[in-house]
Amino acid sequence: MTGVRLAKPWLDLDEAAIAALPGQLGVYEIGDAKGGTLELGFAGGRSRFGLRSAIADAAAKHQTAARFRYEVTMQYWSRFEELLAVYLADHGELPSGNADRGDRRVGRIAAAGG
Amino acid sequence: MDLELSSEQKLILETVRRFVREEIVPLEADLDPDASELPPHHRERLVAMTKELGFYGLDIPEEYGGPGIDLVTRTLMAFEMAQHRAGLYAPCYGVFGGAGLAQLYEADDGQKERYLYPVLRGEKRGFFALTEPSGGSDPARAIRTTAVRDGDDWILDGEKTFISGADKADFGIVFARTDPELGRKGITCFLVDTDMPGFRVRRIVHTLRSTHYAAELEFNRVRVPGRNVLGEVNQGFAIANDRLSRNRIPYAAGCVGVALKAQEMAIAYAKTRKTFGDYLSTRQAVQWMIVDNEIDLRTARALTLEAAARADAGKPFRTEAAICKLVASEGASRVVDRAMQIHGGYGMTKDLPLERWYRELRIRRVGEGPNEIQRLIVARDVIGGSFH
Repeated sequence: MTGVRLAKPWLDLDEAAIAALPGQLGVYEIGDAKGGTLELGFAGGRSRFGLRSAIADAAAKHQTAARFRYEVTMQYWSRFEELLAVYLADHGELPSGNADRGDRRVGRIAAAGG
Repeated sequence: MDLELSSEQKLILETVRRFVREEIVPLEADLDPDASELPPHHRERLVAMTKELGFYGLDIPEEYGGPGIDLVTRTLMAFEMAQHRAGLYAPCYGVFGGAGLAQLYEADDGQKERYLYPVLRGEKRGFFALTEPSGGSDPARAIRTTAVRDGDDWILDGEKTFISGADKADFGIVFARTDPELGRKGITCFLVDTDMPGFRVRRIVHTLRSTHYAAELEFNRVRVPGRNVLGEVNQGFAIANDRLSRNRIPYAAGCVGVALKAQEMAIAYAKTRKTFGDYLSTRQAVQWMIVDNEIDLRTARALTLEAAARADAGKPFRTEAAICKLVASEGASRVVDRAMQIHGGYGMTKDLPLERWYRELRIRRVGEGPNEIQRLIVARDVIGGSFH
């Protein structure tokens, strides 16, 4: 078994889709129309309405945001770190929206098939 | 033992208490409830403060630049340093500095240059890899990772699990079987760089503790030079065992710390929350929960300090370390559970730190040797090694 990607269906990013999101905690991925990933993130314990508000806030930061996917989980912090590490293993760099990690290391993990 | 504190200890504890309450706790209002790291600018500012106070690198031996504070005082400080939301696994978010991996102080000069000093300078991070899928409580028998000599090198094959920090580390202290016939005397300790071909972090293991997660590791024909043997060949189990006993005292102290804070919160809430026209603190059911908390706290505190005092005095402390670890982890779990009960619905929310302590304390009854193993250690010591 290797690091687990976020294998959920992509959803079109629009007001109705965001309004239908659960208020639970979890992780998400914001993507553009070309199939690229703009940001990985999590809805943590300080989020106003869990995934609903966290995804809305994150999408508003990216002009090219066109789709998203998410996963409900209470272990949002370790899952987020895992998604960053797997993305780094797959692509050799982080999504542009996650470039602000400063000196905080991203874990090195073997991606599936790697 | 005499629990009367010296004037110097009182001053140190008052300083640490104020540091936690005035510098650490306010920052947590803006952090995620599960966070275990501070934003870099706050971390740098607070590290500068602990260095100015002379408290940085508390657990580093004095000859390597540590402040030379005895273990009893450091245990008392650990009680204080744990009294915030992240305090159990990230006391003060690490701004008092770490000692690194204790085994590195036993390394040879070359190994110290390559591993210990870079760790103390904050340039390298290490992990400790003992537990395997085949078990962690009985490492002498459970270790199946093998190391086979090949010329001057060793070839490591196997896997480890529940290893903290491995995905972000530069090297690890890894235990492998070098003689299958010798049981605990057939285990050797190796320093393994994480960029050595054949080493990989296979996956993150998600647990109740969302930050400071663990990982599964794989060693596939990892070639380790002979100069990376830590200590003597086939003497690795003694290195592991010594570390396990020593770690149990600060492990217990962290449990006591969060339980002290939970009790403080429970009393404060009971004195302000009214039900049926009077304060919770007037209800016998609540009073008894607070009394039971106090008994658990005082017991754990005293036993943890007793273990620390024996270690300071150079006396054997394996039994005392085992007792304080199991009493503190179980007692603190009960204290936090009762504090949640007194807080009612609020106690379950991420608005308060109780729910995080509740989750993380559950791990403490298994980590650093499950409490059943602690009882086994005590039984061996008080009944005799063979039980008859």
